[in-house]
Amino acid sequence: MIRVELPAHLRILAHVAGEVQLDVEGQATQRSVLDALEARYPMLRGTLRDHVTEQRRPFVRFFACSEDLSHESPDAPLPEAVASGAEPLLIVGAIAGG
Amino acid sequence: MSGVRVLVGTRKGAFVLTSDGRRDKWDVSGPYFGGWEIYHLKGSPVDPNRLYASQSTSWFGQLVQRSNDGGKTWEPVGNKFAYDGVPGTHQWYDGTPHPWEFKRVWHLEPSLTDADTVYAGVEDAALFRSTDAGQTWQELAGLRGHGSGPHWQPGAGGMCLHTILLDPSGAGRIFIAISAAGAFRSDDSGVTWQPINRGLRSQQIPDQDAEVGHCVHRIAMHRSRPSVLFMQKHWDVMRSDDGGDSWQEVSGNLPTDFGFVIDVHAHEPETIFVVPIKSDSEHFPPEGKLRLYRSRTGGNEWEPLTKGLPQSDCYVNVLRDAMAVDSLDQCGVYFGTTGGQVYASADAGDSWAPIVRDLPAVLSVEVQTLQ
Repeated sequence: MIRVELPAHLRILAHVAGEVQLDVEGQATQRSVLDALEARYPMLRGTLRDHVTEQRRPFVRFFACSEDLSHESPDAPLPEAVASGAEPLLIVGAIAGG
Repeated sequence: MSGVRVLVGTRKGAFVLTSDGRRDKWDVSGPYFGGWEIYHLKGSPVDPNRLYASQSTSWFGQLVQRSNDGGKTWEPVGNKFAYDGVPGTHQWYDGTPHPWEFKRVWHLEPSLTDADTVYAGVEDAALFRSTDAGQTWQELAGLRGHGSGPHWQPGAGGMCLHTILLDPSGAGRIFIAISAAGAFRSDDSGVTWQPINRGLRSQQIPDQDAEVGHCVHRIAMHRSRPSVLFMQKHWDVMRSDDGGDSWQEVSGNLPTDFGFVIDVHAHEPETIFVVPIKSDSEHFPPEGKLRLYRSRTGGNEWEPLTKGLPQSDCYVNVLRDAMAVDSLDQCGVYFGTTGGQVYASADAGDSWAPIVRDLPAVLSVEVQTLQ
């Protein structure tokens, strides 16, 4: 079980409160977690990564275990603490715009 | 009893303003989608309870929302806007080639005959259509592909397709406008397109008579005369009496012919409205006076309408999609400002009162006349 914390706008869009808990097939990576997230909440498709290129949106960041994972490969394994559910994957809207 | 529903898109959400036919007392609901930019929302002429809204942010991209109950409840529908084929390049601000990239939906235009069909004008400029109530979107790629696409260049607000006019005569004619490419027409329901910019002159481009490159801000049409078009260009108010094949300037005695909005009276096809803005570098009304100008002669002769509008220290803008008219017997006119006011006139512009004063900056205003 993977724990994911969404930014406020996307919690409202997905009609969820607090963390989302997901069962992820195979290795836990950014891609597999986002695949599971979008399968459970189809309204989030296109909000975190581009529909066509699947690239992370520029103002979306991925944090976990006090590290910025935003620039890791989408197929890189997430930290073991995230994979085990001990720590959440934090999806954050970057501070931008003043 | 008849009434009106005013749909307002703002920088931080959508609002729905409703009144009976007297239009003197208003109910304000919202914000819907608080914190998101709502570039545009519009109702279907076939089913007034069917609304479409364009919702976006720089953080989380584009969403399209649909309502089946007049805006009380909403559901997100399809938001995949994929250009047809290899999108190629257009010109960037500096004239270099720049890849076509989808950014947002500027304008949603529901079909005149089918509530499930809706058109979307997007940035980077392209026209999309959905025939399943917004679930899926297909590009009408003949527009970008007609030949001049690689020469299109963005205006200051981005390279946006912001105007979509559907000819109500049912002949498959569609007009669109792009900043800063110009106006285009299709005579076959959007399959093929031609630029319709003859007669436009723009000092900002090297060849003032170029086929494309004109910064058209808005086009309006009266449904009884779909071959007569009125245009607010970057500078100049223009009209065409031949479906855009040629244009003549009708700025006449306006204090400035820069502006964004233009619209036509619901029952008088020669009565048109504009809001003059001082200049392209000073986006506010001349002399700090918010004046809507009306022409009852299809242009050239304009009268300022000021009753109820601020006539001192007013420095707001009225953006291109932020004016609309209702079709009650006494035509109502509405516009929203970047200062968050939505003004209404129940007497074709003679007098004005604010419906609301303190919304976020208004991006769009549409009106539904309810029976």
